[in-house]
Amino acid sequence: MLKLNLNREHITRAREAAKKIAGSFGWLFDDYSSVTIERTVLRLLGVDGATADGTPYPNVIVDALKHKNALGKGAAWWFANACAARKESVADIAKATCEGGLDLTSVPVQQDEKVSAVLMQHTQSMLNHIRNRKAEREEFFSRYGARNKPAIYVIVATGNIYEDVVQAKAGAREGADIIAVIRSTAQSLLDYVPYGATTVGFGGTYATQENFRIMRQALDEVSAELGRYISLTNYASGLCMPEIAALGAMERLDLMLNDAMYGILFRDINPKRTLLDQYFSRMINAYAGIEIQTGEDNYLTTSDAVEKAYTVTASQLINEQFALLSGIIPEKMGLGHACEINPDMENGFLYELAHAMLTKELFPQAPVKYMPPTKFASGNIFKTHLMDAMFNFIGQLTGQGVQLLGMMTEAIHTPHLADRSLAIENARYVFNNIRDLGAELNLAADGFINRRANSVLEEATLFLEKVALEGLLNAMAKGEFADIKRPETGGKGGDGVFLKEQGYVNPFMDRMKSELKVN
Amino acid sequence: MSKDKNQIVKPYGDTLNDGKMQLSFTLPVEPGEKGKEAARLLLKKMGFDEIDICGMRDLTEGFTHFMAYAATSASVDYSKISVKTVDTEVMSMEDTDDFIRTHLGKPVTVIGACIESDAHTVGIDAIMNMKGYNHRYGLERYKYFNAINLGAQVSCEDLLARARQENADAVLVSQIVTQKNIHIKNLTRLIELAEAENLRHKMLFICGGPRLSHELAIELGYDAGFGTGSYATDVASYIAITLAERSKQG
Repeated sequence: MLKLNLNREHITRAREAAKKIAGSFGWLFDDYSSVTIERTVLRLLGVDGATADGTPYPNVIVDALKHKNALGKGAAWWFANACAARKESVADIAKATCEGGLDLTSVPVQQDEKVSAVLMQHTQSMLNHIRNRKAEREEFFSRYGARNKPAIYVIVATGNIYEDVVQAKAGAREGADIIAVIRSTAQSLLDYVPYGATTVGFGGTYATQENFRIMRQALDEVSAELGRYISLTNYASGLCMPEIAALGAMERLDLMLNDAMYGILFRDINPKRTLLDQYFSRMINAYAGIEIQTGEDNYLTTSDAVEKAYTVTASQLINEQFALLSGIIPEKMGLGHACEINPDMENGFLYELAHAMLTKELFPQAPVKYMPPTKFASGNIFKTHLMDAMFNFIGQLTGQGVQLLGMMTEAIHTPHLADRSLAIENARYVFNNIRDLGAELNLAADGFINRRANSVLEEATLFLEKVALEGLLNAMAKGEFADIKRPETGGKGGDGVFLKEQGYVNPFMDRMKSELKVN
Repeated sequence: MSKDKNQIVKPYGDTLNDGKMQLSFTLPVEPGEKGKEAARLLLKKMGFDEIDICGMRDLTEGFTHFMAYAATSASVDYSKISVKTVDTEVMSMEDTDDFIRTHLGKPVTVIGACIESDAHTVGIDAIMNMKGYNHRYGLERYKYFNAINLGAQVSCEDLLARARQENADAVLVSQIVTQKNIHIKNLTRLIELAEAENLRHKMLFICGGPRLSHELAIELGYDAGFGTGSYATDVASYIAITLAERSKQG
């Protein structure tokens, strides 16, 4: 059987260092919150809707509390206090605040028991709903059978959710297991989640609760017809990580792109904001049984895939430790890597095999997310199709969890219907053709692939130990990740982070922590 | 002499002027003989002959993918074509640095970004990052370039404000991902704002990306455009030589 002979001591040392890196943020997770975390809490309490100009109610409420310097107690407290005082529903209070000028801070303060009772009731009701959605997913998988491995993951990106539905259904019928609705390109930097169904987006379709609902319903229909559960994924990344995770939990998304550091490094979002937001967003994903996926492919599209291979390993290990802190189990950690080695490189396939196997063996339970060639996809569709076949070969040979299919029209346009179909045909052909090849092969114990994998592991170990010593924030400020300098006080959304005050409540985080047994 | 002569060209399959082309497209019809005939008629209406619908794939949901070979009678006169291209000499990194030192005497400041909706930094990174792309170092590695890469999703306003603040010699914008021609809208917006802010003629405006050509760049009001296959050496040489020419004139 195809297996590496890895240096166990390096694995232990690398994990220890990563654990130390992720473990040093207790102060941030315990003492701070952010505007999107507060908006998430409101959404989970049942606040839904937007004003005539499209501003979501959760934003209106949180902005008003921030303006009154009242956010330190948590949006949940003020909101529940108003529900208790006025004996009105969540929808009524939301409407009164956002449309009727109600100032939550001027509502008479109620007894703690009354406020707690309101919070308890709505928290219980939403957590029941999320657990039901999780149970539905588990029921579908047990009825239709487990997901294929590697699962075939394709994107739809028309900018119109109803057109996306047509493309997603066609993809599912042809063999796709996971549908990703690519977001409108600028969404990661919006500090709100747009409201309602999208019919005009650029480079993709907004992640909104309504779009989630429309696509989930369509995929449920096609799943029933095919007798195969089709998973849905989106992106809990950018400035609204926990809000999107919450919407996904409510609408039964099955996976979420949810990286601990991606926003900092590749979207220039403030480091504290991202680390804080990823903590709660991942907790929601853990609670909802949503599989997270991480974005290590980005290290390789911005730097050389051979020279910087160790940054992928290092990031995977850090992502794993942050995920554990949020209660995510290894079976739900879709750690990422990517096939981005220059196709002109001699023995490039051997390097790629070494890197793919290293990931697989460091995280044996993880449904690893394997990303296709994009950097060297040149517009020569014939060559790209062939590169995608080589990528599919490695995905099957090394038993990756999720194969994010390459499109031959990468670098040309968002996939046309036929592009996606050809990509699925390519993957199914290769997967089927070499199904059991991995079980028949052995690697030379001291051959190139073993040596290469161990050398990447060693580089990653030394790098992680260095980062553990100087601290993650310092390392990012010095540009040690992805050659990009990200100072602690820089980046977008930093002003949305605030210190919690005495009496702060986030009933969802408290309950999730206790049920997930994290602290 | 041969320059005046017409040079009529047609697609080449395996015999000169056979006009053979390879085509692939999707129709919103079910697969089958009727669908095939629809594909054939479409090609006939486009002026093709010897139509062979050689492949047909069911895309489900009522769509079918067709692959075809067909012969066209259309031709073009190659001798009459003129295309705007970036014609400056391409120099190595060392030669470009030397050139700037000799002709300009000071480092050139370049501000780069992926503007507006575009989150994909592959192109701008290939040109600007230290590492470069495919064995060509990026502008950050050049001694005589002060390269500032603002990264992804930078608003036109922020890019121009930074260009003004740094007193930039050149602005480099990348547009990779595009749908419904948003790259044209973004690029047009930048140039319009630069005109309005009186920056357009104070610095070079250069764009790049897989959907861009020098011709299109000129049409949009830029000084130059670089498409797929361009490297840092192409962009650096163009900037150095053009700035030197302008400083001589100005």
